[in-house]
Amino acid sequence: MSDPFAISTSEEPFETNPAISLDDVAVSLGGHTILDGLSVDVDSGTFVGLIGPNGAGKTTLLRTLNGALSPDRGTVHVAGEDVHTLSSKAASRLVATVPQTTQVSFDFPVREVVRMGRTPHRGRFDGWSDADEQAVDAAMERTTVTDLAERSVTEVSGGERQRVLIARAIAQETPVLLLDEPTASLDINHQVRTLELVSDLVGDGTTAVAAIHDLNLAAHYCDALVLLSEGRVLAAGDPTAVLTESNLKSAFDAEAVVSRHPVTGSVYVTALPTPSDDASGRVHVVGGGGTGARALHVLSAAGYALSAGALNEGDTDAEAARRVGADLVTVPPYAPVDDAAQSAVESRVEAADVTVVADVEIGDGNLANLEAALAAEYLVLVEERSFSERNYAGDDGRAIYERLKARARVVEPSELLSVVGEFACESFGDSTNSEDAASDGDPTAEVEGAAAESNGSTAESNGSVIESNDSTAKPSGPAQSNHS
Amino acid sequence: MNVRTRATTWALGLSVLLAFVVVVSAGIGHVSIPPRTVARILLDALSVPVGVSLGGGMSLPLVGTVPTPSLSFASPFHFSVPDTARIIVLSVRLPRILLASLVGFALATAGVVMQGFFRNPMADPSIIGVSSGAAVGAVATIALSLSVPFGLHGAAFASAVITAFVVYLLATENGRTPVATLLLAGVAVQTFLGAVISFLLLQAGESLRQVVFWLMGHLAGATWDEVALLALVLPIPVGILLAYARDLNVLLLGEDDAQSLGIEVERTKRLLLATASVVTAAAVSVSGVIGFVGLVVPHMLRLVVGPDHRVLLPASALAGASFLVVTDTIARNGAAEIPVGVVTAALGAPFFLYLLRTREVHSP
Repeated sequence: MSDPFAISTSEEPFETNPAISLDDVAVSLGGHTILDGLSVDVDSGTFVGLIGPNGAGKTTLLRTLNGALSPDRGTVHVAGEDVHTLSSKAASRLVATVPQTTQVSFDFPVREVVRMGRTPHRGRFDGWSDADEQAVDAAMERTTVTDLAERSVTEVSGGERQRVLIARAIAQETPVLLLDEPTASLDINHQVRTLELVSDLVGDGTTAVAAIHDLNLAAHYCDALVLLSEGRVLAAGDPTAVLTESNLKSAFDAEAVVSRHPVTGSVYVTALPTPSDDASGRVHVVGGGGTGARALHVLSAAGYALSAGALNEGDTDAEAARRVGADLVTVPPYAPVDDAAQSAVESRVEAADVTVVADVEIGDGNLANLEAALAAEYLVLVEERSFSERNYAGDDGRAIYERLKARARVVEPSELLSVVGEFACESFGDSTNSEDAASDGDPTAEVEGAAAESNGSTAESNGSVIESNDSTAKPSGPAQSNHS
Repeated sequence: MNVRTRATTWALGLSVLLAFVVVVSAGIGHVSIPPRTVARILLDALSVPVGVSLGGGMSLPLVGTVPTPSLSFASPFHFSVPDTARIIVLSVRLPRILLASLVGFALATAGVVMQGFFRNPMADPSIIGVSSGAAVGAVATIALSLSVPFGLHGAAFASAVITAFVVYLLATENGRTPVATLLLAGVAVQTFLGAVISFLLLQAGESLRQVVFWLMGHLAGATWDEVALLALVLPIPVGILLAYARDLNVLLLGEDDAQSLGIEVERTKRLLLATASVVTAAAVSVSGVIGFVGLVVPHMLRLVVGPDHRVLLPASALAGASFLVVTDTIARNGAAEIPVGVVTAALGAPFFLYLLRTREVHSP
């Protein structure tokens, strides 16, 4: 056995007779090694989530577990029996599989599809027994598809079809249930209902193994997770132990933040955009109350080194700044920005090539941030609302903001990235006359707002890995310099 | 049982239809004989063991197609019927009609199995080259004046089965036979055999007319021997296919699903393929290539009875028998005798296109 992962506390899996036991399983398809020496034990009555990037071997593992694929080496035991020495019929009395719902083109009635789940229990010339009928009725009731019984399986919705296939698997009356991406192509309501159903079945003693793409759903519903990567088990066990930032980095090659979900308390994974090397430069962001988070994400995705502050501890923007690894100046919760913090911010503003002031509400407590921003060489003000709407610092606030505005470029959120890129290049190319360049104010360069906008929203909405395609890296500096 | 009741009902209904079609068809021809007379002749004939080879003992769905003059049914009917009518019906028309019904029965059965097996609506009994194989054997025998054991039928049957086997071998790797590969291998081999047939036609010389007639599909000159041959060959493979109707249903869900539901997929595929090929080869070797029966009839019946093979298989088989009797009646009563394959194609193709355009043809 090569590094066995036991999803149980037991030291000797074979004595406690786990529901599923894989020992050094290797599978290759078409000459490619898909599974490369997997050893996993799954305890009876647990719900195990199989996670991992596309191509990690999740589906292959499921097909090996149900006997559809034979391993090149190693063994798969289910309920103590080697499934690959069993007949298909005998194996199908141990393992039921819910396939990914794909388009079905045969119009069997729903009830007939569920009845097919009884196939492994019937001889070729056996009639339909009462036990068969009861198993089908119970399975359909359990999955609430009884009302659909006479409908054609081609006519029901995707969520209903998923439940029909689960009913078929339940009617199979097996100790082990495998599900391949049971939540793929379902809306969020049906995803939750499906997993709740599987959890219930597990509560009744079934052992379930499901390949699940959504890490957060997996973390919430599964008793244990198996993280596959390149045909191997990278980690297995409790979701908190498996879903670590370093594991996710090595399996998915993705930057992610793992926290606790505020409502469910489950481990919660947020993927972040992978920083690209397209842009270079240092940007300081003045924000607060969530107004700077978007700028931080977008600029981080574009590859800038970031600093932020000063922010109160616990502020949304402070969280965001930590996630993107920004150099953060903080003050205690509800405390105003004191002199020490102000000078810390000033030093960061001076170090930065560009300073961005977000559409933040200004009061006496954070007015110091604006004063500090006056030290910036290149200044960008993001305005969604006019300043008067968000000024709670009276005349002082307006006076400082007017001074900032006089030497800043005022932009829409969508223009931020391209303008910062422009400034960063100027700052990089010619820092001596940079103040004038900025104070000229007239936006003369083409602003590729749309590109930056779409980048920004992608980065925020689902955190997928994106490549920045903005114009920041283009040397637009020389074209601008004749303005000064 | 619900399905069983439906299957029995359909089988009985379509058997009655077939009996009716046979009686009416036997009365149609140069000499018109009223159906009542035909019925009397047939009932009379029941007491006469026409041939030992026609003995009964066949599975239930076959009763309708084979008028099995089995000894157990021997009843002393003695209607007075003109001898000429009796001879026309029993010696001339009935063998041809019964052969048509057996061939139609076989082709429709094989068509259902192939469409289910391939999960492809365009699949027909010849999809893996059985018909082309039979044609090569038959055409070679005629064109090259070969003398082979069991004659033309034997040569056609043997080459058909060999072709199916070769296609299967070509498509199989490591004990697995993906249906897509099988389909493509079938197409490739059919194309190759088409070239062989064309070449043989060039060599046919004086026997060209005979060769072309065979290729178009024909039932003319049917003999009781041919009827007996098919009646003997078909029951076992058709019985096997009926026994696997439930497996065919499960296979419709896809091979992975079928495997997870306890079907030994590769073994079942092998058996279904071999059996359906034997059924097709038996039909084609006596009648030549009759197209569209095995394609259109299963589609029509699927629209009526649904996709469940436990009902679809016997229903299609019996409907296929009636269909071919009707089309052959048309074929032999035209101004000039035309091959029945021409009639089935002429009727079947437009009908199939109609189904296609009205989007009523789905994958099985």
